[in-house]
Amino acid sequence: MNVLNFVSDFFSDSAHWQGYDGIPTRLSEHLGYTLEALAFAAAIGLPVGLITGHYGRGGNALSLIATAARALPTFGLLVLMTMLIGFGMLPVMIPLVTLAVPPILITTYEAMRSVDPSPVDAARGMGMAETRILLQVELPAALPLILGGLRSAAIQIVSTATIAAYVSLGGLGRYIIDGLYQRDYEKVVGGASLTAGMALATLAVFWAITKVAVSPGVRRSA
Amino acid sequence: MSGFFDIPSDLQHSWWGLIGLHLREALLPVLAGLLLALPLGQLCVRLRWLYAPVLWVTTVLYAIPSLAFFVVLIDYTGQTELTVMIPLTVYSLVVLVPAIVDAVRSVPQETLAAATAMGFGPVRRYLQVQLPIAVPAIIAGLRVATVSSISLVSVGTLIGNQGALGNLLHDATIYNRPELAWNAVITMAVLAMLADAALVLVRVLLTPWMPSGGSGGAGGGRRTTPKTAGARPPVPAAEPALKDAAR
Repeated sequence: MNVLNFVSDFFSDSAHWQGYDGIPTRLSEHLGYTLEALAFAAAIGLPVGLITGHYGRGGNALSLIATAARALPTFGLLVLMTMLIGFGMLPVMIPLVTLAVPPILITTYEAMRSVDPSPVDAARGMGMAETRILLQVELPAALPLILGGLRSAAIQIVSTATIAAYVSLGGLGRYIIDGLYQRDYEKVVGGASLTAGMALATLAVFWAITKVAVSPGVRRSA
Repeated sequence: MSGFFDIPSDLQHSWWGLIGLHLREALLPVLAGLLLALPLGQLCVRLRWLYAPVLWVTTVLYAIPSLAFFVVLIDYTGQTELTVMIPLTVYSLVVLVPAIVDAVRSVPQETLAAATAMGFGPVRRYLQVQLPIAVPAIIAGLRVATVSSISLVSVGTLIGNQGALGNLLHDATIYNRPELAWNAVITMAVLAMLADAALVLVRVLLTPWMPSGGSGGAGGGRRTTPKTAGARPPVPAAEPALKDAAR
């Protein structure tokens, strides 16, 4: 198998393990972009999704916004922003955040809508304030689905953050873009398998978060 | 914004030509993905144990960046449209298989029993009962697949101008003409939204019994949490973990 040979060659070459173009550097850069984009996207998507979901209004507006955001081509946005703003982190973050907001927003909204209404009514009957209902009743019950939305956003960011290399930033995309221009397929395959591995690691991290964060009662009924 | 529609001659296509090319490169893979996903989904419904491994494989494939996928395929299929269309087919497949499996599985047992009692064979039951009921969820999956496919074609510009409208992005940088990049981004966004709207229309036409008030959920959300969950054995733990990831 051609591809498997590339993979083993890439990882057994010690030159790929050190220096500014080494795997540890590129991995940490990639992780940095991912976390930053995910944090921005969650800061936008979570509050809006939680509040609209709590009041049950604006679902159509949200779905319109999400469709529009999804329709924006990520790569095109990257090139356009780089031409308008110049090189830097911002033109990379804008497309990545645009990519990640719709799944977070929509899943959070849908998760809040799918919470069983009877405990919410009970909480309201007990005199809980709306903020407390939102944070202590609805949020824990909706958490598994919300985490699912964050997870799919995170995986898309991990795989798409490779485009940062196209505008001369680092990250795992460096191997793919450099490999493309140097006709060095070993590098391309190495970068791709690292990215795929990181996506799988993301899955594992979210699985662990779900185990820890989701209350046992919710987990049992889900 | 002068020269917004002045397409550089090196692309060898007019603006409309690029749009046609773009739609072909984006929509054929979705169609191929659907044609592959329907039997694969049915197989996963029949053979329950198959679903988890299929999801794992598709998730790994989905996590491979499109550019890397293209570059690796150059070795086999050259710098052609096919090299762009194969990964897009795979991505569509990844989105569509879970959508189809969840939808077909969420058809209530009573409905199936009624169909059997009316004398429907397995094939007819699948075509006339399960599939129509699954249409809203399948369309929801198709919407996500189509929109992302239209966006991803543009990455093909990096492997020797195979990106249709995405080639405008490359030309925008080498000729320093930002209006071409605007043109590409806006045209692709409009195409994606039109395709999305067309799919919503198809759903409304195919499911006349459903209220037209968009019960397909907001956006691509297909979380029609099946209340009949008690009727079937608990799903393996890997499944919910992957369901969303595979989107």
